[in-house]
Amino acid sequence: MCGIVGLINSNRIKENGTRIKKGIHLMNDRGNGLGAGYAAYGIYPDYHDFYALHIMSTDEKSMDRAKQYIDRWFNIEHDSSIPVWSGKIIDHPLFHLFFVKPSLPPGERGSGEESDDDYVVSKCMELNKTIDGAYTCSNGKNMGVFKGVGTPLDIYDFFQLDNYEGYSWLGHNRFPTNTPGWWGGAHPFSILEWSIVHNGEISSYGINKRYLESFGYFCQLQTDSEVIAYLIDLLIRQHGLSITEATTVLAPPYWSTIERMEESEEKDKLTTLRVIYEQAMLNGPFAVLTTFDAGMFSLTDNTKLRPMTAGRHNDYTYFASEIASLYEMDNDITDIVTPRAGQPITALFNEESAGVNL
Amino acid sequence: MEQRIDQPGQYSNFQPVFDLELCDGCGECAVQCTFNEIRIEPRGDRKIPVANRQACGACHRCEVMCPRRAIYIEEKPLALRKHAVWKAADLKRVHYQSSSGAVNLTGFGSDKDLPTYWDNLVFNACQVTNPSIDPQREPMETVTYLGRKALSRQEAIKSGSNGSLIKLKLPVVFAPMSYGSISLNLQKAIARTAVEKGLIWYSGEGGLHEDLYPFAGHAVLQVASGRFGVNPSYLKVARAYQIKIGQGAKPGIGGHLPGEKVLSGISQTRMIPEGSDAISPAPQHDIYSIEDLRLLIYAIKEASGYKPVCVKIAAVNNSAAIASGIVRAGADMVYIDGFRGGSGATPSIVRDNVGIPAELALAAVDQRLREEGIRNQASIIIAGGFRNSADVMKAIALGADAVAIGSTVLVTCGCHGCQRCHSGKCPWGITTNDPEISKRLDEDWAFERLSNLIDGWSHEMKEIMGLNGIYDIGSFRGNRLILRGVGLSEKELDILGIKHAGE
Ligand code: SF4
Ligand code: SF4
Repeated sequence: MCGIVGLINSNRIKENGTRIKKGIHLMNDRGNGLGAGYAAYGIYPDYHDFYALHIMSTDEKSMDRAKQYIDRWFNIEHDSSIPVWSGKIIDHPLFHLFFVKPSLPPGERGSGEESDDDYVVSKCMELNKTIDGAYTCSNGKNMGVFKGVGTPLDIYDFFQLDNYEGYSWLGHNRFPTNTPGWWGGAHPFSILEWSIVHNGEISSYGINKRYLESFGYFCQLQTDSEVIAYLIDLLIRQHGLSITEATTVLAPPYWSTIERMEESEEKDKLTTLRVIYEQAMLNGPFAVLTTFDAGMFSLTDNTKLRPMTAGRHNDYTYFASEIASLYEMDNDITDIVTPRAGQPITALFNEESAGVNL
Repeated sequence: MEQRIDQPGQYSNFQPVFDLELCDGCGECAVQCTFNEIRIEPRGDRKIPVANRQACGACHRCEVMCPRRAIYIEEKPLALRKHAVWKAADLKRVHYQSSSGAVNLTGFGSDKDLPTYWDNLVFNACQVTNPSIDPQREPMETVTYLGRKALSRQEAIKSGSNGSLIKLKLPVVFAPMSYGSISLNLQKAIARTAVEKGLIWYSGEGGLHEDLYPFAGHAVLQVASGRFGVNPSYLKVARAYQIKIGQGAKPGIGGHLPGEKVLSGISQTRMIPEGSDAISPAPQHDIYSIEDLRLLIYAIKEASGYKPVCVKIAAVNNSAAIASGIVRAGADMVYIDGFRGGSGATPSIVRDNVGIPAELALAAVDQRLREEGIRNQASIIIAGGFRNSADVMKAIALGADAVAIGSTVLVTCGCHGCQRCHSGKCPWGITTNDPEISKRLDEDWAFERLSNLIDGWSHEMKEIMGLNGIYDIGSFRGNRLILRGVGLSEKELDILGIKHAGE
């Protein structure tokens, strides 16, 4: 059991973390104090062209090694430690932020690293794998992930999220069951522009992980939810699937449903997607909320074994495990949507708002 | 002077025992025993059966058919002095072989006590945090597509339709058993079951009897080293084709159907003269390299209108490298047959000492194709000693796309594993085409039993998926986290790519 919340303003109007904190705090009982986290988009407007690497490390030594590694493969425009307040949490890892661009020109990069995005993924995977005690929490542009072991309030205060202004926010409250409660295992999980929070347990993890490995994604964070972020990156960024196609892959219609359809292009497409992406399909109970550069979408498993609701009010769309949390974020919600099993709900930024208030 | 070192039948391990209180001397057992083990003799004013103590192989046909339930089969005591090196079977083999100078033949799978890894694998199960799924209430799906698949949606759009993929309702297929090695009745029953249950059946190297043409749409027809029965229409009608390089029960050697078994139907279907030995050479004489294999794969594709091509190999140590070559040579399916595979007739020295377990080869091949990024280009079909639905699901979790069953099909139809398939006298009418004996196996009856088996396995497989919280076989396939090893060494776990129980 976990709690998840999200809020997004379609005109990219920014706000600090207060409301997302209220939304997730209301569902305190959905966690057990062993993990909480947030993702915020639009928070680094001055460096919006740079990859913002949030690096977590267990001690100074591994952070130094991570710094050397990043310095070797990237041009660092600016770096600083991420401000934390350890009033309540005494024993915690170190956090550092780097704004970077790849240092090697495309011609000189390894195979599968041609685009900047591929390069960043490949180097960060390598960092997670080779530098003991150091992990990448997020590496997208103009966004960041803040997570750790504690309650949602503890983690909020620890990272002082009052001081960040974003136009879309995710929050997560964790009740770890199958994997340990550790800082890297808290949600959100993020890769490039994608961040996800997840409530559930992925029974297909074993094959999802092996599938991702053949595309160069390595799961290092000891938790099933990690694969969802990588799968979304693979499907949408690398394979060019639309959001609808990607959610179809993750929570596909039953074969029996497809078989009942009239012969059509749609039927062919669903069959193809199921056949090709069998190993990317998620099994087991899940409700997932995903944020990315263009908006936010939610998805649940085919039997909807985990809750998900959404609400709208003017330019805002809110997502939460429980309806009460929606109202906690905005008491004037006009429209509540409860998606059916396997049905995604998408909230995108208005096109015109692109570039505004970055 | 005639010298003997053993009595005829001395080493036959079994004998029928008759309860003469129940027996009414009807004589049915003597008729049923195709090995002439039972004779009927007068005793006073009645007739009684007497065992010849020569040839009983524990096929249990007499016991099952006795109307008075008056027979049971007993293991004959064989009081050879215990010896750590010279076991009874070893003495027996030398005594037998030195009487003829021939190669000892045997049928059915190897009975040698080498590990069966399936028995050391267990499934995990859901408890609390992720709920199990109840197959009685929720949809559970086992649909499986075999063949070459696109890597991505873009690639699929470029390459066009999925038309050549083979759809299975259950990831179970019928292993190649030729007409000749098994009876035509049984082959028909297998083909009918495949059509009825949405599966495929492999023909083996025996051609396609004209009665089976209506079932060719679900058939994978074989092109093997003898090229028996391969003609232009054969190369058009099938769902897919299989090039046979090797067989698990006899890796590295060819096949032999003795002339006595080449009766008229078989002679016509195989396109060879009646009564002539049907020899399949060890290698295909036009394949001496991977490039040659590629030529044959594409020759078959050209001739068949680009039907999928499957290449069958025996499981050996470098199966992974071989499989990679096969996939790169253009095969759409790789069929791996482990050393537990059955056989109609095999030198026992080969059957018991050559090849490796299917489990290890499967794990290595699946992993290797993934590492090379070509796993999507071919499906893996695994065979060799699958006894139940749990074995099947373990293979799927290790990474197989589908599992082929052969011996299980025979057992379904009455086989009791007496290992005398090569004799041509199978008392159950399974591995014989002797018209008198093979009519014992009724086609409709066999069809019903096979259908029942598939239904039963399907239920059990869904149960195993459900208890792992998985509703679609696709999330089970290659999901090695579901499996745990019990009592296996680090090395074995490493090759299988699984964790030990309790981890
Ligand atoms: S060989 Fe079979 S039929 Fe003959 S006696 Fe033995 S069990 Fe009975
Ligand atoms: S198929 Fe017939 S001969 Fe072969 S082992 Fe089974 S019962 Fe014996």
